[in-house]
Amino acid sequence: MLRVRDLKTYFVTEHGRGTARAVDEVSFDLYPGETLGIVGESGCGKTVTSLSILRLVPEPPGHILPGSLIEFEGRNLLALPAPELRAVRGNQIAMIFQEPMTSLNPVFTVGDQIGEAAIIHQHLSRKAARARAIEMLKLVGIPDPEERVDDYPHQLSGGMRQRVMIAMALVCHPKVLIADEPTTALDVTIQAQILELLDRLQQELGMAVLLITHDLGVVAGHADRVVVMYAGRVVETAETTELFERPTHPYTEGLLAAVPRIDAPRARLHAIPGQVPAATAWPVGCRFHPRCPYAWDKCVAQEPPLLETGVAGHTARCWLVTEPQRRQAKR
Amino acid sequence: MTLGTWLALLVAIILAAEAVRALRHRALGNERWRRFFRHPTAGWGVGILAFLVIVALAAPLIAPFDPDRQLDIVGLKNHPPSWTFLLGTDVLSRDVWSRIVYGARVSLGIGGLGALVAVSVGSLVGAVAGYYRRWVDAVLMRTVDVGLALPRIFILLMAVALWDRLPFWVLVLAIGLTSWFGTGRLVRAEVLSLRERDYVLAARALGAGAGGVIFRHVLPNAAAPIIVSAALGVGNVLLLEASLSFLGIGIRPPTPSWGNMIADGAPSVYTAPWTTVAAGLAISLVVMSLNAVADGLRDALDPHEEGGAT
Repeated sequence: MLRVRDLKTYFVTEHGRGTARAVDEVSFDLYPGETLGIVGESGCGKTVTSLSILRLVPEPPGHILPGSLIEFEGRNLLALPAPELRAVRGNQIAMIFQEPMTSLNPVFTVGDQIGEAAIIHQHLSRKAARARAIEMLKLVGIPDPEERVDDYPHQLSGGMRQRVMIAMALVCHPKVLIADEPTTALDVTIQAQILELLDRLQQELGMAVLLITHDLGVVAGHADRVVVMYAGRVVETAETTELFERPTHPYTEGLLAAVPRIDAPRARLHAIPGQVPAATAWPVGCRFHPRCPYAWDKCVAQEPPLLETGVAGHTARCWLVTEPQRRQAKR
Repeated sequence: MTLGTWLALLVAIILAAEAVRALRHRALGNERWRRFFRHPTAGWGVGILAFLVIVALAAPLIAPFDPDRQLDIVGLKNHPPSWTFLLGTDVLSRDVWSRIVYGARVSLGIGGLGALVAVSVGSLVGAVAGYYRRWVDAVLMRTVDVGLALPRIFILLMAVALWDRLPFWVLVLAIGLTSWFGTGRLVRAEVLSLRERDYVLAARALGAGAGGVIFRHVLPNAAAPIIVSAALGVGNVLLLEASLSFLGIGIRPPTPSWGNMIADGAPSVYTAPWTTVAAGLAISLVVMSLNAVADGLRDALDPHEEGGAT
């Protein structure tokens, strides 16, 4: 349904000192009705990937390089003229953002803002848009929707605002919903509610969800397949259970080891040493090698392609796939 | 002055005071308006402006004489203030108080409309420059630089020279179109920061076009500086009109404006000071009131003063 191929989004840094290759040859597919999780640390290109899909990357300094392809229902979104692109945004592909606190306009009521997309795309009257907004508020589980519809954003709690954001995104029943860290700014109990809400709505409306998060717990519970990103690249792709049972890329392994477990004895949490390098200076060879416990000279010399691990749909960008015996020789 | 005009004047004062009182009362329920009235002179400013607006609207009731009528060119020339002629008469034996009252229509009208034109154009240009950035911004802001660098009065003199007898609306447009530069720059700066807000990105993700984003999501959030600059702008435009009329190229006599009244009275400023002082005071009063109101608005709309959720 949504096909991303060789997506490259670069940023020119100030004073032309360098180019930040924030997203570098990222490819993945999103099938109808599924939830695809994209995970990775901060700064590995998740958000830029999601913004690129709707061409919302700020230009300048960012630009999507020619040769990239984002295909939605047979049309390349990157080549679409602006009016047609606007007809896709919010109508067929919608997006919800990380910060419900700042993603709502403080001077309009939530009803106005939910109705906005319906007015733009379906040319509803103000009155019909308001009725639709009330309906949407009911759908996302906000009590007293007839009264809340006239509230201003500052009168709502964080969880309520995120529900409003979801209502805004779903007003036109999009086929694809991009959820960029939808729960990061919320506390844990609200997180669970919001994710359950997304699951429910996905089933009711039959849309595909691109769930972007750094939280593997969220992915485990809600995604069908997972794309792991590191340093602007896809490093591993697999079905969720397969990924959790047989993580192949050392980065995925590290991420999984870093998740606190309720059934394990208490110990210091595992951490991957070092941090994501700057996007202006990715390491040569495999971009993970400076932090990798298994790295050997081949990793420095040459970057591995995405290699098939033998299980259907499971690929990893790691030479360990070809030389599995090295997994024993931890540095 | 007849009994009727005295009564009308009294009613105008009471109405203005009542308006301020009502506003003050409503302000109690709202944090922002409470801050506005906490300003020491903003309340007075509103009262004085309200009074002058009422006077301008009800001019025929409040003015005892026809403002253009020369009552008695021989006997009543430069008559000092008295109970009949509240502010005296001018060199052509016209009643100064009546001319002030009718002049309020012209002067406040030009001030309000001119400032409206200036603020609309300034906001639009600033929003477009700040939103699109790059060459659009560069072109528009260099235009603003040029506009600010050229003395306004010369541009106006040039524009005015094109007309033999300047129509009112041309004067309003000419003043408005040469007064928006400051507002434009102010709004641009505000928009540069507003355009990076998450809700702007969210609106674009929903498919809103540039126009929708600018008018629905950017400009309403820049309302505070726009309102303040509008309040200050009215005073500036009023002064500009006064100086143009004083130079004899603004509002042509006999139509009274406060500016041309000063011009008319200037030759006899030593022998009949009331002919100039009244108009001068009126101008100063309005400009001071507007500054006080703008000051109060700035306090009221300042987001840093916002004490949490209101």
